[in-house]
Amino acid sequence: MAMKFEKTGEKSYLLDVCGYVCPHPQIYCKKSLEKIGEGDVLEMVFDNPSSAETIIQMLDQGGHEVLEKKHEGGKIIFRIQKG
Amino acid sequence: MADQENNTKGQIWAFIVTGIVILISLAYYKANVYYMYLVVYIWFGFAYGMMLQYGRFCMASASRDLFAAGVPRMAVGIMVALMFFSIIQALLSATDMSTFHPAPFGIHTLISGTIFGVGMVLAGGCASGSLYKIGEGNGTSFLSIMGISFGQAIFSVVPWFNSIIPQSWEISAKAKDLPVSLNASFDKYLAGYVWDQPKIQLSHTKVISEALPGASKYFLGDALISAIIPALLPLVLIYTFYIRKGFLKKKAKQKGGETGLTDDLAGIWSMITASKRTTLMGVLIGIVAGLHIFIMKGMQIKFGVSNFGELLTKMGHTSDVSLNGTVFDPGYWYITTQEAQFGAWVMEKMGINMRDNVFFGVNNGIPELWRNPALWMSIGIILGAMVMSLMNREFKFKLPKGELIVWGLLGGTLMGIGSRPALGCNIGAFFIRAAGGDPSGWLYGIGMATGAFVGVKFFNWWSERKMAKEMADF
Repeated sequence: MAMKFEKTGEKSYLLDVCGYVCPHPQIYCKKSLEKIGEGDVLEMVFDNPSSAETIIQMLDQGGHEVLEKKHEGGKIIFRIQKG
Repeated sequence: MADQENNTKGQIWAFIVTGIVILISLAYYKANVYYMYLVVYIWFGFAYGMMLQYGRFCMASASRDLFAAGVPRMAVGIMVALMFFSIIQALLSATDMSTFHPAPFGIHTLISGTIFGVGMVLAGGCASGSLYKIGEGNGTSFLSIMGISFGQAIFSVVPWFNSIIPQSWEISAKAKDLPVSLNASFDKYLAGYVWDQPKIQLSHTKVISEALPGASKYFLGDALISAIIPALLPLVLIYTFYIRKGFLKKKAKQKGGETGLTDDLAGIWSMITASKRTTLMGVLIGIVAGLHIFIMKGMQIKFGVSNFGELLTKMGHTSDVSLNGTVFDPGYWYITTQEAQFGAWVMEKMGINMRDNVFFGVNNGIPELWRNPALWMSIGIILGAMVMSLMNREFKFKLPKGELIVWGLLGGTLMGIGSRPALGCNIGAFFIRAAGGDPSGWLYGIGMATGAFVGVKFFNWWSERKMAKEMADF
């Protein structure tokens, strides 16, 4: 099944895990944040609502900032700045 | 604009689904007033489904998210639910309105819990979590429920493990003179081993019933000693190992000085309230699960029965019930046995004899699907979760693809195999029992957490490998 982790700019990345269910989105989010540098922005796209609550708390505990949260036709998009 | 349109569409569908459940309830009432017993199960299932979906309440995520991401929200939510539920259970026991019964205590519970724990992490949801996720349109969860259903049904009737069954179990099972052939390995295990194990409910032990007179044995024995204190312990451990360091660091920065006990207490409170929707649903689920027991007991008193099988027999549906005249009718929140019955029902329709065994033939029966009370509770969970996710624009059909098909089926089958020997899953074997003063619930819980730890280790390794292999910029 396809998933994407791409560098989309100087300090920005995209993680697309649509179609994946728990625990994959939270694990891939954690691993992607470990990969990128402090201050870099990760745009995460997923469609498993159950993962959202865990991801938000994980980001909060890790000191990362959620710059934007939005719903787009069943997809959830988080823009996260690594803290 | 498009968003608002989707929102309205979702709400309309939510009303349609709710309307269908109302119509089903009315149809049952019209067919026979005895079906009101079954309708109660549907609506409690519906309520559980709404609460589980809203709180993202899944026991797989309790240990999995803690081990994989250091997030304790679900572990906290479950402990909160368990504490509230234990108080209500005690109240019901004290007023003789409880349908709770403890389970045989033994090492089998720990082993089953461990298998179940691995399965729930692979499947991406526990038994109840998978049901509510089907309501969100999640196809992988549908596969795991199929795995649970058929995994249990097959496991309960096959003779595959007879060569490793101790002779003492066989002798003990035969001595019970049961009206089935006892060919299935699970029969020998159930009648020859499990039934011989002691059942413990703290309020009924000699020590507690003598030390605590009257109703206090339920509140102090079953609730405080057996449920609340053991539930507080993991909360303190989680705080100490996962939250404390970061929280006190932040506090010290804010205060510009040393931190003390008040800060630790504030830290524990902040951990409990970090996910308000999960904790709030924990409280509500605890209360509703208690109310469910109360209402089921009321239905039993109203119809003068102790099992729905008696009502089915009165209505002439004798082929639905077991040789004992019963069907699976737990009287409270339960998930897996009814799914085993679903699997058995399908296999029976395929011409396989599913009744010459203790589990279905003697104990639980195989009712037609539309007359299976506990199965309606599971369907209610799916529909309740569907309504909630439709209202919140979270419903989306997701067909399982690629590796998720394997994880869903494998995880579900492991959950099926891990629930049958313990006579329950994360709800029946852990949540209900731990809150009811039965220590075997905690044994199952420890097993689940251990299994989840193994599952998380595996998934961590798997994800690293997959990311390194498939993702260009990793």
